[in-house]
Amino acid sequence: MKNRKIATVLKQLCCIILSLIVISPFYMIVINSFKTKNEAARMSLAFPATWVFTNFGEVIKKGKLVQGFINSLTYAGVATFIGVIGAAMAAYIMSRRRNKFTNFLYYFVLCGLFFPVNYVTLIKVLSTLQLTNTKLGIVLAFTSAMIPFCVFTIYSFVMTVPVELDEAAVIDGASPLKLFFSIIVPMLKPTLVTCFILQFMTVWSDFLTPLYLSSKSKLFPMTMAVYQFFGKSNNQWQYIFADIVLTCLPVILVYLAGQKYIVGGLTSGAVKE
Amino acid sequence: MNKKKVYPYWFLIIPLILYGVFFLLPSILGIFYSFTDWNARSMGEVSFVGLQNYIEIFTSDKNYLSGIGHTLMFTIVSNIVKLVPALFLAIMLQEGLKGKNFYRTILYLPSILPFVIIGITFKSVLNYDNGLLNGFLDMVHLGFLKQKWLSDLNVVWGSVIGVDAWRGIGYVMTIFVAGLGAIPKTYYEAAQIDGASFWQRLKSITLPMLTGSIMINLVFGITYGLKVFDIIYVLTNGGPGHATEVVTTYSYQLYADGAYGMSTAFNTVLLILTAIAGIFVVKMMSKKEVQQ
Repeated sequence: MKNRKIATVLKQLCCIILSLIVISPFYMIVINSFKTKNEAARMSLAFPATWVFTNFGEVIKKGKLVQGFINSLTYAGVATFIGVIGAAMAAYIMSRRRNKFTNFLYYFVLCGLFFPVNYVTLIKVLSTLQLTNTKLGIVLAFTSAMIPFCVFTIYSFVMTVPVELDEAAVIDGASPLKLFFSIIVPMLKPTLVTCFILQFMTVWSDFLTPLYLSSKSKLFPMTMAVYQFFGKSNNQWQYIFADIVLTCLPVILVYLAGQKYIVGGLTSGAVKE
Repeated sequence: MNKKKVYPYWFLIIPLILYGVFFLLPSILGIFYSFTDWNARSMGEVSFVGLQNYIEIFTSDKNYLSGIGHTLMFTIVSNIVKLVPALFLAIMLQEGLKGKNFYRTILYLPSILPFVIIGITFKSVLNYDNGLLNGFLDMVHLGFLKQKWLSDLNVVWGSVIGVDAWRGIGYVMTIFVAGLGAIPKTYYEAAQIDGASFWQRLKSITLPMLTGSIMINLVFGITYGLKVFDIIYVLTNGGPGHATEVVTTYSYQLYADGAYGMSTAFNTVLLILTAIAGIFVVKMMSKKEVQQ
């Protein structure tokens, strides 16, 4: 009994220390984003001598954060929406109409889980289609890169939707599109939401794609804007920290709101495999 | 029910075209161009140079080969550093600790943040003069452990892998927690009655029952490790010297220098590495299915 108590205390201690290791950099950034230039450069954990709130306004202007925010939202929102719906349609057909052909297509798409994107030749493909340095080009690149993961996740979930539902709908005279969108999609909602949230956050965080595909600062998402600002602001850490806070805020909010779906989604994927 | 009518193939057209044109086609073109001298100055006219780019990668004295070595080393070490502690953490949290949901939320948090942000943050945390880490070491009178974390050749990989673990452990742990939740409690009760120790339970119940979660973590971990770019680009940009250069950083650099053919050759090397990893993983998975 006594041993068990000691073990519990040790475990708690271990968790608390780990949590502190995770939280302290966050805390350091937030607290230092309210400091003056000289104070922030010391990067201490102390409260600011005077709370400076103007850092945020400054950085929104200097770091072109509004434009970055709108771009990130466009890329993540549009690409994820098309990607998840498209992948759901593909996964649904591959799962329901299983034969040699669809099985081949399934594994063919799964290759994308492993392979790296070849950005240099992707740029060539985009330029042939006259899509270089356009928002549409970047959105399409993101969409196609997420299809393998989404197909993989949704495919096994389609099997859990009873085929009897399809049969009933067909007897009622539903067209294939109507069957998919009004019967299947609602049944798939939990996975679709999970895919949407995970991929939204992936696109939001992505850095490599815009690094290759956008040479105009007008097209930069928030990650690129932050990186550029970091390079230009030579050690004005109060601005850098404020910039980091503003860039993280949207993702953290999405995470806290959709936490149930993220963990639930990882669970269903991991356990079923 | 007529399957052909109810589940028409044209549903596949849009996703497959997107995947084919913007993902697969560039990969195939990449293989083709890796055998050419394509560069920024060749205005649409490229000539076939055979294996020259690959010969350059594998024999030149420009450290290219060490970039491939670093990629493999990072993939192996970073996965061990994340998977093993994450497994024990997950077991600990699973055994009904007070506040376990709170800890889970906190530990998962870093893995949702952009790598760029984490890179910049840790450039500050690992700063020699004012950084959080050296400041902490001073505070607890362990000043002799202070390091130039990102510019000392001997510790720089440790720093990169440490930062990567800081971000990734919570994610790996969450998948393990999910897997552990699916193991029936009765197995452990039976083991308890038989007087099995912690290690015996781990070896005979937990690990065999967790194969699914371990596979998922390995798939994501290995492909991530082979393709790692952001964190290294932001933290060290391949430096000091070429000490932390990996395949993707070389590929980007060569692209930025206009040596497109060489860049695609590097990407093709990566493609082969990931294909080998993929075949290996799929083989393991199908073996598991046979056993079941």
